[in-house]
Order: sequence, then structure tokens, then C-alpha cells
Amino acid sequence: MGLFILRRLGVMILTALCLTFIVFWLTNLGPNLEKLAKTQGNARMSDEAVVSWLENRGYSQPLPVKYGQWLGVLPGYVIEGTDRETRARCATPGQPIEEASSFCGILQGDWGFSTVFKDEVSSIVATRLGLTGKLMLAVMLVMVPGALIIGVLAGMREGSRTDRSLSTVSIITTATPEYVSGVILIAALATKAFIEWDTIPFKGTATAAMDDANFENFFLPVITIALYGMGYIARMTRASMTEVMTAQYIRTARLKGVSFPKIVLKHALRNALIAPFTVIMLQFPWLLNGVVIVETLFNYKGFGWVLVQAAGNNDIELLLGVSIVSVFVVLITQLISDIGYVFLNPRIRIS
Amino acid sequence: MEPLTWTGAVGAFLNPIFAIIVGLFVIALIVQLVLGLFAPAMTLQANPDGTLAGRGGALGATETAGKYLFLAVIALILVYVIAPLILPYGMVGIIGEMSQRFLPVWIALIVTFTLSIIYRRKLGLYGKLFDSTVGMIGFGIVMFWVFTAVFVGLFDWIATHDYLTQVSGLKNKTPGVPVPEGTVGDIPHYLLGGDNLARDIFSRVVSGSTFVIAIAPLATIFAFMVGITLGLPAGYYGGLLDTVLSFLANLILAFPVILLFYLLVTPEIVQTGIPSYMAAFLFVFPLVFFGVLLNSRYYTQPAKRTAILVPVLGILGWLYLSIINQKGTVIDFLPAWMDLFDITILVVFVSVVFVNAPTVFRIVRGLTLDLRTRDYVAAAQTRGEGAWYIMLWEILPNARGPLIVDFCLRIGYTTILLGTLGFFGLGLSSESPDWGSTINEGRKLLLIFVHPALPPAVALLSLVLGLNLLADGLREESLKD
Amino acid sequence: MTDQPILEIDKLSISFFTRLREIPAVMDFSATVMPGEALGLVGESGCGKSTVALGVMQDLGVNGRIVGGSIKFKGRDLCAMTPEELRDIRGSEIAMIYQEPMASLNPAMKIGKQLMEVPMIHEGVSEKEAYARALEVVTDVKLPDPERMLKSYPHQLSGGQQQRIVIAMALMSKPSLLILDEPTTALDVTVEAAVVELVKDLGKKYGTSMLFISHNLGLVLETCDRICVMYSGEAVERGSIEDVFDEMQHPYTQALFRSIPLPGADKNARPLVAIPGNFPLPHERPDGCNFGPRCDYFEAGRCDAGFIPMEPVPGNDRHQSRCLKFQEIDWNAPLQASETTEKPEPGPVVLKMDNLKKYYEVAANALFGGGDKKVVKANETLSFEARESETLAIVGESGCGKSTFAKVLMGLETATEGQILLDNQSIGDTAIESRDTKTVADIQMVFQNPFDTLNPSMTVGRQIMRALEIFGVGVNDTERRDRMLQLLDLVKLPRAFADRMPRQLSGGQKQRVGIARAFAGDARIVVADEPVSALDVSVQAAVTDLLMEIQREHKTTLLFISHDLSIVRYLSDRVMVMYLGHVVELGSTDQVFSPPYHPYTEALLSAVPIADTSVKKKHIVLEGDIPSAMNPPSGCPFQTRCGWKSKVAGGLCEKEVPPVRMLAEGHQIKCHLSDADLSDMEPVIQIAAE
Repeated sequence: MGLFILRRLGVMILTALCLTFIVFWLTNLGPNLEKLAKTQGNARMSDEAVVSWLENRGYSQPLPVKYGQWLGVLPGYVIEGTDRETRARCATPGQPIEEASSFCGILQGDWGFSTVFKDEVSSIVATRLGLTGKLMLAVMLVMVPGALIIGVLAGMREGSRTDRSLSTVSIITTATPEYVSGVILIAALATKAFIEWDTIPFKGTATAAMDDANFENFFLPVITIALYGMGYIARMTRASMTEVMTAQYIRTARLKGVSFPKIVLKHALRNALIAPFTVIMLQFPWLLNGVVIVETLFNYKGFGWVLVQAAGNNDIELLLGVSIVSVFVVLITQLISDIGYVFLNPRIRIS
Repeated sequence: MEPLTWTGAVGAFLNPIFAIIVGLFVIALIVQLVLGLFAPAMTLQANPDGTLAGRGGALGATETAGKYLFLAVIALILVYVIAPLILPYGMVGIIGEMSQRFLPVWIALIVTFTLSIIYRRKLGLYGKLFDSTVGMIGFGIVMFWVFTAVFVGLFDWIATHDYLTQVSGLKNKTPGVPVPEGTVGDIPHYLLGGDNLARDIFSRVVSGSTFVIAIAPLATIFAFMVGITLGLPAGYYGGLLDTVLSFLANLILAFPVILLFYLLVTPEIVQTGIPSYMAAFLFVFPLVFFGVLLNSRYYTQPAKRTAILVPVLGILGWLYLSIINQKGTVIDFLPAWMDLFDITILVVFVSVVFVNAPTVFRIVRGLTLDLRTRDYVAAAQTRGEGAWYIMLWEILPNARGPLIVDFCLRIGYTTILLGTLGFFGLGLSSESPDWGSTINEGRKLLLIFVHPALPPAVALLSLVLGLNLLADGLREESLKD
Repeated sequence: MTDQPILEIDKLSISFFTRLREIPAVMDFSATVMPGEALGLVGESGCGKSTVALGVMQDLGVNGRIVGGSIKFKGRDLCAMTPEELRDIRGSEIAMIYQEPMASLNPAMKIGKQLMEVPMIHEGVSEKEAYARALEVVTDVKLPDPERMLKSYPHQLSGGQQQRIVIAMALMSKPSLLILDEPTTALDVTVEAAVVELVKDLGKKYGTSMLFISHNLGLVLETCDRICVMYSGEAVERGSIEDVFDEMQHPYTQALFRSIPLPGADKNARPLVAIPGNFPLPHERPDGCNFGPRCDYFEAGRCDAGFIPMEPVPGNDRHQSRCLKFQEIDWNAPLQASETTEKPEPGPVVLKMDNLKKYYEVAANALFGGGDKKVVKANETLSFEARESETLAIVGESGCGKSTFAKVLMGLETATEGQILLDNQSIGDTAIESRDTKTVADIQMVFQNPFDTLNPSMTVGRQIMRALEIFGVGVNDTERRDRMLQLLDLVKLPRAFADRMPRQLSGGQKQRVGIARAFAGDARIVVADEPVSALDVSVQAAVTDLLMEIQREHKTTLLFISHDLSIVRYLSDRVMVMYLGHVVELGSTDQVFSPPYHPYTEALLSAVPIADTSVKKKHIVLEGDIPSAMNPPSGCPFQTRCGWKSKVAGGLCEKEVPPVRMLAEGHQIKCHLSDADLSDMEPVIQIAAE
């Protein structure tokens, strides 16, 4: 078991390295850097000026060297620029070059400086992640129990009316991406368009929920994300449940005289939940998607909103920070799903 | 001109009836659901004539009632759809006029369904689709949009106005608004109102369907080609090849899609030429696929093989070169007369294929792992067949059921991805009528004006829903074998 | 036995309903089981025997319905019971055991819990008492270390142990009726014998009545008192075992017996007679007698005129037959002598194995990877020769290495050591890709599972044509098509089958296509891997005969892999017995089937059920299960289960692998037993003089 986790961790770190390198490479492509120079320096810079601007700030170094510096395994650059000013990667503004440490990268805990927000990347990421964490938690609390109950109810009697109704509901929700359900929900519940009475039950923006989340301003974003994932998990649960319910050992239990509710709860449920568990965990990358859309739609300034801002403005350091976090979230959930699968399934645990 | 109301003069007496019946139907449905949860498992009674009778009691009564109410609802909807064909303009309001505009689509749908149902026993899996209600509904919705896209795209029917023309005074106007005198257009109203640039929303939505219907299936096909060509050997050989390919697939899958889009679909990336190189790489897979497919089948008869392979590869190669070759990008070497078409949104196309391919790869790999242990594969091995023949002719045809189902689902998913790109304004011009962009435009003023964002949202929802239902029907029917 | 019957089925009819039509599965079925009695229900697949069992359990699923008749259990009508009453009876009064032990046990629940559940539901006993009961029953089913068993999960047990647990579960509440639905089909022969023995003993001990469902007549003979033969949804004959086996009164029963090889007769005096035609599909049953179209005694206008009732056979106790003509038929008439064929003399040696070894390296822990590599010795020093037009049978149970051997011979794997000589050319380390077309075409294979052997999405004709293309037969498609049609003729399939898809064919027909495909390149050596074991008894005979006929014509060397000793005895010239990768005995058929035996061969012979009342068998039941090839025992591979081990002094069996000894010309054996002990052995099978 230990060896298994170790191997998974190894693969995970390798994946993280590859992914961050890809992000690093894409953000550091020529045209992106040129755009950066022009937004940071002067929009009407000449080509030569752009080149020297980039050279002075270490952007013209070979890609692997830059990556190594960012990662913190290579010493940060110290460059005497064409404008006679010496700049060092690790020197904070105003700090003399000599006092700056030689390594400053992710490994040293130095995530860099955001050009858009004019703030430390680490602090931006931390605060925004907190906000998104709140959203995600609420989503999970709504989505997971809801989906499992729908799935189990639908799957325990395949072909029954309950099954057909609930399956239709889950198909509809899987067919509704967040930007569609969000728009429809806002139109239906947060505007006067379809509501006859005086007070509108929900707010169409969740900006206020960042400080003070309540039912009125938080319900719509949460349900928008939850709906899309819910249908998918419910369908997986249903499929797994129907499969289990036709298994030979369920017949054995039935012919042992076990009553139907007990069959479902004691014999079927655990076996039926093994597959959805993996699915729930693998939904995290999906949730991230939904989070970005919903945060944009509802103007909730969380992690997803930062991602959009960073990517839209080519804020390289911030974008890298955001990528690292999201990639790790994805990889850690994969790891948890693997380990959880092993624990849930006695067949694998012991052999 | 008077503004149109939703249901016009006819609606005045039809609407109340409709509301009552729908209300009753919903109540019956809820009662059934609640009763169904507590009722014992269905007890069927066999009649002497060999049929099965349903259950009686309260549940049975609501079920029968529900069935009749449902039929009544359908009948009334049909009235709304058919009435405008007989009544003069404006009598059935916006709904009636929309139904009238879709007339070619209705005819095409009726023809398709009639022909398919008549010949369904000869049509294989497609024919069996018409045994499943869910599948038929899904197929109907999908074909509705396909026909709409075809008629708008090729004949310029259905749309009432030009989807780019701005008419002053119609900015954010509500549905049914009359257009000023002298405006070019088939009818004197904006059926679904005007958007924030005073363009006709109805025309934009139906025009948007061409974009989705053209791109989504094509991108999915390419994703399948890539996934199949790589997934088969990964599952069949296993070992190092499998490890490396699976690692790469997981790598792409671990990328949050939105991040990937934000990184890939930008003008700067297009400038570097990366999309062109990716296209050159990804689009070569169909070429490889068909080359290997035909070669492995006919290599024992070299003359026949060459006769088949040369024209197929020739045409595919030409198409391939035309797709990747584009004026003003890094790959621009074909003379203009050979370059059949330019895809202006190549980067969108490429990134959608790129995101979908790894999932297809995983599915194909899994299916291959399962199928390669079959005896007929062993039989092929023992008569010395090549590995590619076994993969493409022995394994792949038997994996087709799950793959066809996934293909439908994946088109729906690709539609969602395209909408996402539009929603974030990535890769598409703001004038583009595609649904994602239209939703994006509409949602900015959503709290004040609801009508610009809702129609594209509902359109996208219905198409994806149709595809999901279609996939469900296909899965159900393919399992019945 | 004058008391009330435990189970009384009267004119039962069961149908399944689909959207299109009603499909009758069981029609007019009656049976009675008295206390302590065991009733065997025999028939081929699809004859409705399992449906009867499920009907008794009232568990027919959503589509199944009882459309007529009654099932009375201890005088109470099961069909009229409420779900609650049924639940009370299930598990406590009637228990059921099915085919797949692994699938019958909940994989995520400990065995103890699954067992304890039964008395806790039905008798409301405390957990402690239930545990004590479980322990007792597990001990009763002769499982080692019962406490550990109760704590383990199903997958930690071997197949035989799982089936014992399932039996234990059925006996937890001491039911009065036990229904066994093919309980041993998934098990190896020696394990099967032990389980059957156990069921018999426990049935006696607990006084349980049994309804034993099987396709194997021999097994029913060994376990049951009475038998009921079913054909296509109807009982065609029932009576006591002796009556039915010795004085059969229905043409189907007779045909069934004639199509299985019995040890009492050799293939010339009593050749197998296949039942012509195919099993009718449930919705295509003929009028009148269902067996009519395949019956030798069929009389048009009479047998197909209308419903045929069960009639008692005069003179016998409760012996009935569903045949209009049973009193007219001369049941003792000898078989019409089919042309006896002369066995061609074996030709020169074609294939020679020389000290062939095949080892696999397997990671000790498949999921978590890494760790130690284990060596699995799948084949250990295999040496033998096979001659032209000779049939060499390779016999053994699962894990004995017969399939690995086939793979190495075919070139799908390469040998670790040793040689395979085909016409004195070594091919043992040439993988199939590097063999020339001739060699590939020369060695072909017929596979076990008919549902898997043909590509489901290609027409039959195309599949054969493809083989012809690969083997370079014919210059163009027309020529190949002709040859393909000839091959269909060869395997006696109508030419129209060329354009059919495999799913339109029955199992036996698919297997014929498989044979045609194997002979596409005029194969000289054909490896037949259990070619008939998945087929119904009546079809088995036809396919076997076909294989032998083609072999005679083509002078093919046939390597016949099987676990079924009856069929091996019937068709092979020489037999090789394998156990855990070792060849434990090799010799001509007569040598292997008569003493002296290797102890394993002896046990194997004793384990095979024989459907002949005149055969007396020595009873040898092996302890335990077959060890895993990953973890073989030290010394002699068979020492853990060998009944003769005590006769060898000094624990030699546990220390050393026995050497190969020649007992007679061409008869070799791998055993430490002394010559004296070997010659003391008595024959396992004796045919009582009549």
C-alpha cells in the first residue's frame, strides 16, 4: 500500500512538472512576452525597445533556465541591463541586489508578483482560493447527497416509473452546461421577467456572498454548478446500482429471505457506491470549470475569476500560480480517488 | 404595425385551456411519482390472451389519467404549431410565426420519420432507434437542428432578417416588436426581439445552429480518429507504449479545460503558429487510420490494395493539406488553386479536438483491453494476422456499440465546449452568431433584459439534450442484441 | 414414504413476456418431491429446467409469469402467497444454490456476516448464536479453519471453497428443500466430485429433500433417487433412476444416452449417435411432440397432431413418458450398425516436443506493482511425440498448463527452454510473426467457447475467406469463394451459411465454422482446446464425430485438450495427463485407463460421473483444491492431495519431484510409488457383468 501511494505520488509530481512546464512555455512564447512588454512598458514601444525591455528583465534567457529559476532549482538571474540598471529576479523592489537571496522560486515559497493586481501571487491565490473553497463546499454538500439519492432510488428498480422520471431529470441536467442553467435560473428566479409577486426570491449576482453568504445571494451559483455535476454522478450511480441489483448475490440475498429495503441498504449500496466514488472525485476538474463560468456569470471574485483575469491580461506569474494550484487540486483528487477505491473495494485491498 | 403578442388572437381562448391541462398533467405526474415511491413493485397480471395487464388501484388510475392528459398536451401543442399554417399572419402570435418559419424543417422531419419507420427493419441499429421512445425524441430534436442548420446555411430560409444588420430603435426591444417601415426582412417583426446591438435575435439563433452543426460533429470525428488510432495499440500491446500514451492522455486530462482554452485560444498563440502545427499533427490521424485500415485488409493482394489505397489516400491527403494550409499562417505552401478552403477558426477547432481526444483514447483503450482476450482475436493471431489487422478489423468493429453511443454524447459535449469558448469570447469574433457568444452578449444585461440571452441558451440546451437522449436510446437498443 | 410430499408441482406453465410476444418457457410440468428424496432435473440448455427452479422460488423477474398450474410446498400453494409469506419461506424452508459460486456471494461482505444473516432473519436469533451456528455449518461443509473462513471475503477463497460456503449458507436454517442449479458446472472435476459427495452426505444428515438441476446425466445418477428429463419446456420422461436409465421409455432420453460416450463400450461397437437437427427456439416449437422433427420414430399425422399428455408406464412405479408410441417401440432393438471405420495406422512422427519448458515472470503483487518477481512454471519439461493421423489427448484440470502448452505450440508465446520440432525443424522459439505461412497454416487451433470463436461482426464466409487469403490459397476471390464453400461442405453446413452473421448460428454450428477455418490451410496438426465442452450433449457427439472424420480424411494429427475423460477415452489413441505443469502420466489410451495408474489419474477417473447404472466405480475423493501455479507445493506437485503418499517412505514425495519412469512400452509415469504398490492398484471403473 505504501509503495502504491509512493508510486502514485511520483507520477503525480512528474505530471505536475510537465503541466507547469507547458503552461510556462505557452505563457513565455514570443508574442505573449511582446504583449507583456507593451502593456507593462509602453504601448508604442519600438521592436528594439521591446527586445531590450525583455532582455533587461531576464525574459530572453533560454526557456529551461527561466523555468528552473521559477521553480527555484536554479539561481535567479542578475542582469545588468542595457539601461545600466542591474536587476535581479529575487530582489524585491527597493531592495539592494546584494542582499537578495540567490534562489527564489516556487520551492522557496516565492510565487512571484502579479502585474495586474500589483500584489504577491501567493496572497492573491490564498484569499481567492478561500472564497472558492466556500463555494465548492456548498456545491459538494448539495450535489453529492442529492446525486447519490437520485441514483440509488432510480437504480434500485430498473425500468420503474421512479427510475424513468429521475433518469429524465438527470439527463436534462447533464445536458445543461453552467452558462445555460445559470442564465435560465437568473432569468427565472432573479428577475421580474417570470415572477409575478413583488419580491424577487434570489439575487442574480453573488458579489455580496464573498463576505456574507446567505441563501438569497448564494443559492443560485451553488445550484448552477451542482446541477450539471449532479446529473452525471446520478447517472453513474444509477448504472452501477442497476448492475449490482441484477447481480447473482442480490438474488442470493433475496432468496435468503432478506427484505427489499435491507437488500438495498445492506447488500447493494456498498457495492454500488464503489464506481460513483471514483466519479465524484474525478468531478473536481469539472467543478473547476463550472467554478470559472459561475464566478464570471455571478461576479463572484474567487479563484476562477482570478484565472480569467490572469489569463486575459497575460499576467504570467499569477497564471502560473493559478495553474499550479488547479493542477494540484486535480492530481490530489485523483490520488484520493485511487486510494479510496482501494479501501472501498475489499477485492483489491487484500489481494 | 402592431407588436405581436406571444400567442396572438388564437391564444385568447386556447391559452387558458392549455394552462389548465398542463397544470393537471403536472399534478398527475407528481402524484404518480410520490405514489410510485411507496407502491409495491409492479405486479403484472397475465391475461389468457397472452397480454399483460397493468396494475389497478390509485396508481393505475393516475397513470391512465396522466397518459390522456399528456396526449391532450401534445394535441394542443400541435394546434399551436399547425394553426399558423392555415390562419393569416399574426393570428397565432410569435409562437405561430416561429412555427411558420420552421415549416421546411417540419416537412423534412416528417419525411425522415415516415421513411425511417417504414424501412426500420432494414436499417440496422439506426432502424432499431425507432423502437425506443427516448431515442426517437432525441433523434427528432437533433434532426430539428440539423435541418435548421442546413436550410439556414444553404438556402437562407427560416431566418427572417440578416443576423448582422442593426436596425436603429430596436436595441434590446422585447419579442414581437415591429420593425420600422422599409427595413429589409421577410416579416415586419423581430420575433424574439432585438439584442443590445439591435439585431434580430431569432435570426441570430437559427444562424448560430449552422456553426454548431458544422463544427461539433466534425471535431468529434477527428477526436475519434486520434483516440482510436492511439487507443487501439495502447490497449493491444500494453507495456511501455501504453504507459507513455496513457501518461500523455492523463496529462491533458489533468489540465482544467478552461485554463487550456485560455492558454491556447488567444491571438498571440495563433501568431506563433502553434495551432497550425497542432492541426498538422492531429489531422494526419485520419490519413494514418484509413491507410493502415485498408493496407492491413488487402496486403495479401498487392494489386487490389494499391488500386484502393492510392485514390483514398490521394483525396484524403489533398483534404488534409487544404485544411492545414492557410494563408498568412506558418503553414502556407500550397498554391491557391489547390487550397480548397480556409478555416478561419482553426484554433477553436484544434483545441476542441485536442481536449476530446484523450477521453476517446481512454475509452478505446479500455474496450481493446477487454476485447483482445477473445478467442476470435486468438484465432486471428494463430493464423498469423498482423497486429493492425487484428486491431482494426477484429477488435474495432466489435467495440462499435459503446463507441457510437459515446460519439453522440461527445458531440453534445463538444457543443458545450464550443459554447464555453463563445461564452468567454475566446477565438470567435464578437459578431459571430454562435450560441455561446450570443449568451455571453445577452448575459451582460441579463438582470434588465432577459430576452436576448434565453433563446440561445434554450437552443443549446435542447440540442445537447437531444444528443444525450439519442445516445441513451442507442445504448438501450444496442444492448438488446 | 407415505407422508405428504414436500414439493408438489402440478401442470405448471411459465411464460416470459416480451414486448412482441409471449414466450412459453415451461409447459405442463408436474413433479413431486417426497421428504428426503432427491429429484434430478436433466435437460440441455434452454429446456426450461432453471425456470422451473426459479418458479418454485417465485423469483421469475419482471417478465416471467406463472400462467397455469400450481406449486405446492408442504401443501401450501406458493403462487398464492404474499411477498411476506414468501420471504419467510425463502432461505429457511427452501434454499437455492447456483452455478457461479463467486457471483452468488456478496463481494463486499465478510462470509461470516452473510451466513449469520440467515438465522438472524428467520429465527431472530442473537448474533452470538448465529455465529455459533455459522461455525458449526462451516465445519460441516469440511472447510479448514472455519473461524478464519468466517472472517474472510469471498474473493480470498478458491472456487471449491466458495461453493462450499454457498452450500453452508443454504443449510444455515436447515431447509426442507434444497434446490441446486448446476452447482458444480464451474468447478474442476476432482473438486466437483468432492462437492457432490458433500451435498449427498449433508442431504442425508439434515434430511433435506433436493431438486438437483444438471445437464450431466452421470451426476444425476450419482446424486438422485428420481429423475425427470426435460426437452424444450416439457418434461418428457420421469421415474426412478433405475427405471429411466435402464428402461427408458422416451425417444429423447434414448437419443441422449446414445450421444454420450460411456466407458462400457468402445467406439466401434457403440459409436456415438448424434441427435439430428437443432433444438427448437421457444417460439418456433412444432405442433404436437416437440421432439418430433428430430425423432427417429416420428410418425407424421400422429406425432404432430396435437397435445401429447404424460402417460404412466405400466409396471413401473411413478414412471411416466410423454410419447404416443412408447409402447410400440422396441426399446431393446440394437443400434443400426453404422459403418464401422478402420482406424488408419499412425504415420511418421510429425511433432516432437523435447524437454519443453515455459516459465512466466509475474509481479508478485499485480495492482501495486514492483516487489518481487515470481516465476510461474507453467510447463515443466514436456517431452512427447505425435504421429500423423494420431489423436493425442491432453488431460488435466485448470492450472495444469495445457493452455500454455497450446500457446507455445501455436507460437503465441516462445518456449523458455527445450524444443518443438515440426518435421524435425525447430519452431519452439519462433514467434508466430516470424513463422512462414506454411508452418502457420500447418498448425491450427479450434477454440473452446463457441460464442467467442467467431468475430461477431463479420459474416461466416468472410471469416473463412480471410483465413484462405492469409494462407495464400487461391489466386483470386472467386477461387477462394469456391474453396470456402467446399470447406462449409466439409463441416456439413449448408452453403447459405456463408452470408450469415455468427449470431444467427447455434453453438454447434459456430464450432463447425471454427473447424472449417482451422482446416482452411490444410492444417496437419490441429490443437482442439476443449472444442465441445461448452456445447450441449446432443451436439457434442456430432461435432466430435465431424472432427474425427475430417481427421481420418486429412491424416491430421489431433491434439485434443480436454478435462472430460469419457470423451478422451472414446476418441484418443494416446493420453497425456497433466497436473500443475507436469506430465504425470503418458501412454496409450488403454494403458492410461487401466492400472497401474498415477494416483492423480486414478482420482480423476474416479471423479468423472458416468451415466451408466452398470458401472461400479471406486470412490476416491481428493482433499482440498488444486494448488495455485504461482505457489506450487514442494516435491511432487500432487503430494498435497495424494491418497497414496503414506506408502512412500521418508517423506520423499515432499522433497523431490519424482523422476519419469517407464512402466511399459510407451507408458510413462511420474511417481515415487514402488512397482509393487503400483501393481496392487485396482481398476477404478468396473462394468458389472449383466
